[in-house]
Amino acid sequence: MIGIKADLTELELPEVYYSIGDYGSSTARWCPGCGAHAILASVQKLCREEQLPPEKTVFVSGIGCSSRFPHYMKTYGFHGLHGRALPVAEGVKFRRPDLDVFVITGDGDCCSIGAGHWIHAIRYNVNMVVLLFDNEIYGLTKKQTSPTSPVGTHSNTHPEGSFLPPINPIQSTLGFTNVSFVAQTADWHPAHLYSTIKKAHEHQGLSFVRILQRCPIWMKDGFTSCASEPKSLTLLDHSNGIELDDQVRKSFEQVIEHNPSDIDKAREFVELEDGSLPIGLFYQNEDAVRYDKYGAHNLNMPVNQRLDGLNEQLDKYAI
Amino acid sequence: METATNVEATPKNSTRKPIKISEAIVEIVSDSGEGAQKCGQSLGAISAKMGNGVWTVEIIPAEIQPPARSRAGASGIRVRIGSKKVTNMGDHAQLVVAFNEQVLFGRVTQRAYKPGTVLIIENKWANDPTEKIRNEYHEALTHFKEIGADVIEIPMEEECLKVVRDARKGKNMWVLGMLSFIYSRDKEKAENQIHRIFKKKGDKVILPNVELFRAGYQWAQANLDLHFEIPAMETDEEMVVMNGNEAISFGVMAAGIDVCSMYPITPATSASHHLAEAIHSVGGIVHQAEDEIAAIGFAIGSSYSGKTAVTITSGPGIALKTEFIGLAVMAEVPLVIVDVQRGGPSTGLPTKVEQGDLLAVLYGDPGDAPKVILAPSSIEECFHFVILARKLAESFRTPVFVLSDANLATGVSPFPRPKINEEWFALPIDQSPWKEGVRSYDWSDDTGLSQRPIPGMKDGMYTLTGLAHDEESHVAYDPAINQRSAEHRSRKIAALQQSLKVPKVNGDEEGDLLLIGWGSTKGAIEEAVEKARAAGYNVSNLHLHFLSPLEPGIKEIMQKFKKVVAVEINYSDVVGRPLITEENRRHSQLAFYLRAVTLIDIDSYSNVFGQPMSPMRIFRMIERTFKLYNKQKEENS
Ligand SMILES: Cc1ncc(C[n+]2csc(CCOP(=O)(O)OP(=O)(O)O)c2C)c(N)n1
Ligand code: SF4
Ligand SMILES: [Mg+2]
Repeated sequence: MIGIKADLTELELPEVYYSIGDYGSSTARWCPGCGAHAILASVQKLCREEQLPPEKTVFVSGIGCSSRFPHYMKTYGFHGLHGRALPVAEGVKFRRPDLDVFVITGDGDCCSIGAGHWIHAIRYNVNMVVLLFDNEIYGLTKKQTSPTSPVGTHSNTHPEGSFLPPINPIQSTLGFTNVSFVAQTADWHPAHLYSTIKKAHEHQGLSFVRILQRCPIWMKDGFTSCASEPKSLTLLDHSNGIELDDQVRKSFEQVIEHNPSDIDKAREFVELEDGSLPIGLFYQNEDAVRYDKYGAHNLNMPVNQRLDGLNEQLDKYAI
Repeated sequence: METATNVEATPKNSTRKPIKISEAIVEIVSDSGEGAQKCGQSLGAISAKMGNGVWTVEIIPAEIQPPARSRAGASGIRVRIGSKKVTNMGDHAQLVVAFNEQVLFGRVTQRAYKPGTVLIIENKWANDPTEKIRNEYHEALTHFKEIGADVIEIPMEEECLKVVRDARKGKNMWVLGMLSFIYSRDKEKAENQIHRIFKKKGDKVILPNVELFRAGYQWAQANLDLHFEIPAMETDEEMVVMNGNEAISFGVMAAGIDVCSMYPITPATSASHHLAEAIHSVGGIVHQAEDEIAAIGFAIGSSYSGKTAVTITSGPGIALKTEFIGLAVMAEVPLVIVDVQRGGPSTGLPTKVEQGDLLAVLYGDPGDAPKVILAPSSIEECFHFVILARKLAESFRTPVFVLSDANLATGVSPFPRPKINEEWFALPIDQSPWKEGVRSYDWSDDTGLSQRPIPGMKDGMYTLTGLAHDEESHVAYDPAINQRSAEHRSRKIAALQQSLKVPKVNGDEEGDLLLIGWGSTKGAIEEAVEKARAAGYNVSNLHLHFLSPLEPGIKEIMQKFKKVVAVEINYSDVVGRPLITEENRRHSQLAFYLRAVTLIDIDSYSNVFGQPMSPMRIFRMIERTFKLYNKQKEENS
């Protein structure tokens, strides 16, 4: 400060620096090898990179292995009911636009019992991040068929193998009205996983991210086996898509150029002919209508104004 | 063909003095869209302004726009005007104005009228060009006369056409004029009322309507032999007039609740309609969710994040919300749940009255889920109880129910204008740092109460969970924690119970018969009890406003009476009906509950006709009870 008089009191210097440890709560109790561990690590990294104040961050979940997630974060959390995370999260975000809201949901939670809320959440397009942990099975309740289980999955409810074609959550979401952000990533690709969550967090509106998640306990042949097979993934790449280091990008053997503003192409790439799994940003539209922007009137109105407003309303009923 | 006008038969009577009466029950029925309701509401408002007690209730057909002149399609309004405060819709109508004769049939089957009821009927149908209509008209009139009605046919349309070109639009104001003469309503107040209701439409509409009003008044003066006066107590007190759902909406706003999350369901929806229209004046959101489950989930999310929210629904909605209600109890989320009850189970009687949700709300959740339940007994209480509910929800960190019903929801009655007190408003969201060392569920061993951290509070971070949890909201792996936390949640309800007052008995504090009720039936029960006491019966009544916890001292009160009967609008078996015995009889809901709590042999008087309890029915029950009781006494001696 040689000779310079500066008023530094107005500078907003961060008082604290949050480290990864500041976001971790108790030890995660998922099985060893469960893909959820990697997602937790990625989310905690995002919190640190973005320096999200823990008291201003809320993780809302349903019920399932994946939905235990908020208990392992040292932020605010809401571990609610099976299938019902989305409406709760909407209530939080509507009343408290100042909070950063994340939803953690499973494939049963989101695409079966909570499917009605899923459709409407996409349409409401409230500003929050939804992470769908899709392990293609009901984990917590011990291996029942999920709506995303591939045909032929031998589960406890379909011991002979499931026979209905699965829902592809990306395909469905791309069909819902007012969709604004749809991406797919895989828990076993940490760099892509992290960048996808980061991009979702930056998006203004509801970001829907399906994370292909390994469940080595019940789905040994599913994503668990893909993880060791680089050819199992195809990168949807674009300058407006998920940001990746060149080195990471080069490590993909299959790459498709896909402009995320093109919804028709997005729909084409949901399933690829070679059977590999597309990861990347399918679709983004920041102009989609945001219900949280229009739904609320003058929250936190001063008391005097409220008194007047209420009396004016009562006047209409005076005799 | 005879001309049906029997106006000539009624002596002209402009100077006769009106007969003093203590109350009048009037109905105006028409096809929908003919303005009968506006006419009745205006008559109510004029009367309230004059200082009379008033209760109006709309008569609503099941369909939106049923075919004209259909028997089940009556649309209209009942207006009960009294010298004293009026708390319910009463028994039989004394005078009915009908725009056509067919719509009266529905009301006759609903036993709204009795012999001697005056039916004033539009006579234009007698000369209708269609023979079928002429015949219907004559058959109907013969029928009404047979059942003892006093039928007066009048030329409504003909008289209106002397003033305006389209009588269908203005008949209601002409009728208002006629009724204003019949019941000696203040002409100036009446004309002011007409100005009020058509204010937005300007003089073009106001003036012809005033003309119609005057014409109706003069015609009645010249032609009718009906002239009454209902003395009133002049009052300077500022009054408002509204229905129970509007009162709930005002209660929400006056409580400072700024999030209402709902899914449309009759008869609750109109509360949210009013909020949707008004909430911008106080700041807030009305969220129409995708279903009932999402509606309460959204409300809970909002409550969790700092401001207690409300969800407004009816029985089928409660059924869907049950799992979330359990979560709110388990995780101690303050929440206001308004249940405007209708007939159940299932889709039931969507527009009709029932108090059928008490036990579902009290015990509907799996496991033990103690909560607070309030039941307003008047429209004014609908307003105040929402304010109370919000306060209790926050102080006791729990969901609070407000049980209203279709009777309160549709009844319109004046009450003193609430003086809005800013202390009713919820405080701004607390964002001060969380106190060090305090846990997220730091249950007091004395009361079970604890403070709640709110997102945004530094160092208050916790994960709310519906799983059994300890004081830090950690998932409970030790079974002792579940027992302990359940005890604490139950103790909160006891803590509230300890702070309540012993309720007051209406009538003597001991005697032969005590009627016990809750919710919207209060006015009718008290009216019946007063009538019975005047007739020499030793009967009192007790009305409960808290259903959970119950107010203290109820058992002691009941023990001072020889017999206790719960009076409520829900189902109970009647001993003596096929197969029904004292042993297998299923009781009405409050009776069932109080029998379990007090071990007193409480009887049930209840039904599911879908109608409000009428004072007359209750009075007859009192008579029967005493007859039986005296007979038994004789036999014993
Ligand atoms: C209303 C209700 N029904 C059923 C359950 C049981 N249940 C808990 S988790 C679950 C399925 C979980 O599967 P998913 O959503 O895919 O989550 P995962 O465990 O695989 O992460 C079920 C059926 C419940 N908790 N609540
Ligand atoms: S069962 Fe599967 S999803 Fe659940 S924790 Fe274990 S590995 Fe993860
Ligand atoms: Mg799953």
